[in-house]
Amino acid sequence: MATEERRRERLDRGIKVRTEGIYAISTWQEMAYLLVPRLVLILGILMLPLVIPSLYWQRVISIVCIYALLSLGFDFLAHFVGLVSLGGAFFIGVGGYLAAILSTSLGLPPALTIPIATLVGGAICTFLLLPCLPLRGIYFAIVTLMYPLVLAKIIEALDILGGTDGIAGVASFQSRWVEQYFIIVMVIISLFGLRRLVNEDVGLVFRGVKDNDQAVRASGISITLYKSIAVYIASALGCLGGAYLVHLYMWAGISLFALDFSILPIAATVIGGGGTLVGPLVGSFILVPISELLRAFGTLRIVFYALILMAFIVFGSEGIMVYAQRKYHQFERWVKV
Amino acid sequence: MNSGPILEVKNVSKAFGGVQALTNVSFEVYEGEIFGIIGPNGSGKTTLINCITGFVKMDAGKVFFRGKDITGRAPHKIADLGVTRTFQVMRPYYSLPAYKNLIVPLFSPRARRTGGWRGGGRLGDRDTVGIDILEEIGFERDSFVPYKLASTLPTGYLKRLELARCLALRPEIIICDEVFSGLSMAEVASIVPLIERLQMDGITLVMIEHRLRELFRVANRVMVLNFGEKLTEGAPAEVMEDERVREAYLGTEEV
Repeated sequence: MATEERRRERLDRGIKVRTEGIYAISTWQEMAYLLVPRLVLILGILMLPLVIPSLYWQRVISIVCIYALLSLGFDFLAHFVGLVSLGGAFFIGVGGYLAAILSTSLGLPPALTIPIATLVGGAICTFLLLPCLPLRGIYFAIVTLMYPLVLAKIIEALDILGGTDGIAGVASFQSRWVEQYFIIVMVIISLFGLRRLVNEDVGLVFRGVKDNDQAVRASGISITLYKSIAVYIASALGCLGGAYLVHLYMWAGISLFALDFSILPIAATVIGGGGTLVGPLVGSFILVPISELLRAFGTLRIVFYALILMAFIVFGSEGIMVYAQRKYHQFERWVKV
Repeated sequence: MNSGPILEVKNVSKAFGGVQALTNVSFEVYEGEIFGIIGPNGSGKTTLINCITGFVKMDAGKVFFRGKDITGRAPHKIADLGVTRTFQVMRPYYSLPAYKNLIVPLFSPRARRTGGWRGGGRLGDRDTVGIDILEEIGFERDSFVPYKLASTLPTGYLKRLELARCLALRPEIIICDEVFSGLSMAEVASIVPLIERLQMDGITLVMIEHRLRELFRVANRVMVLNFGEKLTEGAPAEVMEDERVREAYLGTEEV
């Protein structure tokens, strides 16, 4: 009786060559192995507003996307550059107020205010954060947390930029679908753009700044320059979110500096899996809707929210996407020997 | 500029709190030589490097590179001039393969300008240039060694990787902080010819060392530091004979 010799083989065998991140693809199956998860993600996000007809939940998706941009920036800064930033509210606030001013006083349409607020807002945030760049770890985090508080209080105390009333009458998007898909497409572009960036050579410089800044300086590279480039990228993402938000609400106010924008991205990154970039996105898509669902519990909302967060952190501290990616790469098939 | 010294250190002093790490240290290094700096533990050798390369601000003194004052410049600007250094405690990017470690220095403005070690003024593909440099420095090209994670490399290769990082910048001076320490006799024997070859290629080397025998084989001139002060300077053989040097290393003989 002839027995068939079989052994198990990992699916990604042959695809991975020597080093992580370099692939040699030769067949459609191998290509599918790499493409399917990416397509599922992209198509999934694109389809979301179509399968959810409720206007309320479509608005929630927009908010999720703003948090996703912030979380992407946080993950990039924290895990690839070594700067733990709590500046989410700062970025949203600067981008938001900038877009609101451009829209109300100059009458510019969203198609202009959003790009300007993104690029100029990122520059303003980076410039204001320049003195803090030599700080590391918790010190950088604390200082970035101070900025939104300071700005909010300045606006309130001096009664500038609308004071506590805020700036009303910001132009809205021309259609609901533009409003919905603009931010979704921006999130997808940012995700894949950042992933590309960190895997390029310049990404290694960023990681060098995180792991080994002395060696980077000894290599003739200014760490301040690369830190400020990284901060610019992250703050521009935040400003984009902020500018979008004021056009969504047609209003800008002190609530743009709310601490939620600083704190939730951290939670989203922890839950989704830090250092994966896609993890924070997934984390935002879980956390923000949960927080909306819990509104039914009224005052107890925060209690349930905290419990869910704690459960995630205690039982899944490595993060969903870190776990999922590991398992995906461990898929095996039987092959004849 | 060929007549003057390539590196001139004048009256450098540095104190950490109450500890005087360096007192009025002066020396000159000439182009193409191997200049050794020796001294017992805690004599201020590494602090001296840190002061020259800008990693530590000196309290007093001046450093000139090719007659240009580089005192107090930022470390990356000094490296950009071609004054490079290795670290005594090696600082590779542990999570990267050896050849990817050279991407960062090859990304620097200086490497882009010069093309890296042996580059013809234009930088080619960084991976290829990196592997070429590693091969020159003793990583066997056709083996897996250049592709191994830095965290899995033995000390001898990590020391070479430190030198390779300097070479990627196409350096004029390499200041080596104890390249021989922690190596076996065999590993030292394989690095010595490498050092000699770098000298033949026109690189000026300043070598800080603990292991005198190996250093004296390659060094043209040697300076001795003790408690942050310069004891003497001269050819290795002269320095060996100096009574004060023996005292510093072995202690005074009390009869």
